[in-house]
Amino acid sequence: MANIKEFGSKVWSIICLVSKFIYESILIPIWNFIKKIFKNPKSAVGMSILIVFILIGIFGPLIFPYSAETDVANKYLWPSLEHPFGTDWLGRDVFRQIIAGTGNMLQISFYTAIISVLIGTILGILAGYVGGVVDKIIMSITNIFLSIPSFPVYLLLAAVIVINGSLSFALIISLFSWAGLCRAIRIQVVSLKERDFIQICHVMHMSRTHIIFNELMPNLFSYIAINFVISMRNAIVASVGIMFVGLAAYDPTNWGAIMQAARDKGLVNVQNVIILLYPLINIVIFQASTLLLSNGLDETLNPRLKVM
Amino acid sequence: MENAVENKNNKFIRYLKLIRQHIAQFFVKYRYFFIKIGISVITLALTVILLFFLLRLIPGDIVQEYALKLQGNRGIPYEQAYELAKDLLNYDPNENIFEQFGRYIGGLFRGELGVSYIETGVSANTLIATRLPWTLFISSVALFLSFFIGTAVGCYAANNRGKLVDKISSGYIAISGSIPDYLMALLLVIIFAFQLRLFPNAGNYNAFETTPGFNLPFIGSVLYHAFLPILAYTLVQTGTWILQMRGSAIGVLGEDYILSARARGLSEHTIHKKYVKKNAMLPMITMLGVSFGALFGGATLLESVFNYPGIGLEISNRIISKDYMVVQGLIFFSSAMVICVNLLVELIYPLIDPRVRRAA
Repeated sequence: MANIKEFGSKVWSIICLVSKFIYESILIPIWNFIKKIFKNPKSAVGMSILIVFILIGIFGPLIFPYSAETDVANKYLWPSLEHPFGTDWLGRDVFRQIIAGTGNMLQISFYTAIISVLIGTILGILAGYVGGVVDKIIMSITNIFLSIPSFPVYLLLAAVIVINGSLSFALIISLFSWAGLCRAIRIQVVSLKERDFIQICHVMHMSRTHIIFNELMPNLFSYIAINFVISMRNAIVASVGIMFVGLAAYDPTNWGAIMQAARDKGLVNVQNVIILLYPLINIVIFQASTLLLSNGLDETLNPRLKVM
Repeated sequence: MENAVENKNNKFIRYLKLIRQHIAQFFVKYRYFFIKIGISVITLALTVILLFFLLRLIPGDIVQEYALKLQGNRGIPYEQAYELAKDLLNYDPNENIFEQFGRYIGGLFRGELGVSYIETGVSANTLIATRLPWTLFISSVALFLSFFIGTAVGCYAANNRGKLVDKISSGYIAISGSIPDYLMALLLVIIFAFQLRLFPNAGNYNAFETTPGFNLPFIGSVLYHAFLPILAYTLVQTGTWILQMRGSAIGVLGEDYILSARARGLSEHTIHKKYVKKNAMLPMITMLGVSFGALFGGATLLESVFNYPGIGLEISNRIISKDYMVVQGLIFFSSAMVICVNLLVELIYPLIDPRVRRAA
């Protein structure tokens, strides 16, 4: 009986420790970060538009389900209550198409951002912190990816590899988008390495993992956060571009695919132009929100700009 | 006698040492240039390797396809056609990868970038010769236009921070930064070409009414067709130039020499013109060079929106028609041009700004 009680109290203490750890090192920083985002008006506006897009992406298809059934009798309807954005050349609802495409676009941009930020950060820290031969090898690889024009290679890869989902799309786009981040992170690490607090850590024989994760990472956090948003932007530009050429047409509700189809139908027809304008305006709003978010983050997280 | 020979030897050795010293001095003096050249040669070599492996991703046996086509076209036996196809495409799937790579490098050194196996008589070289002038025409005109407008406006906005001009220009930056260049092009095409019918929606000149050459109707037609692409390019790029120039000029305004110039009682006009603008332009010139290098690849989407026959449109059309050999050659050409122009910028930059050479 006493044993079980002891065991229970041990389990309870472990649960307490774990929950305390989660609360202190994950929830509070995230909460502080969110508070920081909403303090700056620019990033607050950008973040709220982005949250609206995410909500539409998650709950939109549940409220307004989209069916690809064609209904030629009702083609090219003007906007009405039943069809807020009108219907296209096959009588499908444009509003529901765009809502169905939102999730896909967000998935592509988030996956790309995550993959390229992971690769760029790891290689950038490795190059900047280890230095020497490793640095030279990584930087020459980065230089290749920065000097090959990326968009033709995206098109080539999209034609050669069959793209069948947002993850494979993201993998292709992040093949090039990590390089710029890697270079930026490396420059930061090289300049941080010469600072006093890192030198003191070296003198105190602290472990490399401690220096990298506890000393370097907090200082790099602002760059990583801003570059995350920027690579989301670039992913949208690149993926819509690839769709726009007509490659990677795996999802007809993707905004790029809608625009491409409308363009194929002929832009002399005003109806097609109107159908094309909805995804275009959505893309511009998305781009504007990420631009505002990254600029706002830059202002709040990089205090050197405040001085100027 | 022996003494004389020894003397001669000593003299010779001394001369050798002197020559070696001079060579060493030469390398030390210009080491900045040699390091830069070495880095770009390595980058180019690695790029070639990467493109070679990209080419190996292509599915299907292209040599066989091409051989069958040659057999049909020229009426020769299959074995002969296969050999011919191997020679023309400069690619043999039966060799091991090192021999293939040797072949590929040999082709690049001979200046053969890749032969089309869909159209006869077309290769990456002929495409570059016919398409590159058009790409360079629209993109360089747009680049220089946006550079001059952007740097002038950016400098003015930095000098009048917080005033109306600054607010308008930052609003413009936000708008132009949110529209990708091909969507801007699409909007312009929809409005001016398809709906208002003021400008043509495709092509580079009117082939029916004008003859290529140095005559007025031809030049007029070329400018008329190039107006919308140049406008789209300029509208989007000016925003980035304003942003960069404004940031650079604000950085310069905080320098000590501006303070000392003010202390000497120089007029604001002189300070802005002679101190701020000149110093803020230095990083802009590097960026101009880098952007110029990127032009050689062509703007794929912008050109395909306008159906403007440049390198970019060629690349996207050839990818869709699966003409990968040519595509690979065009991509190699554009990345080689990027590397070369970047190298040139880095070599010229110390002549403009001596601080860089001392730091290196």
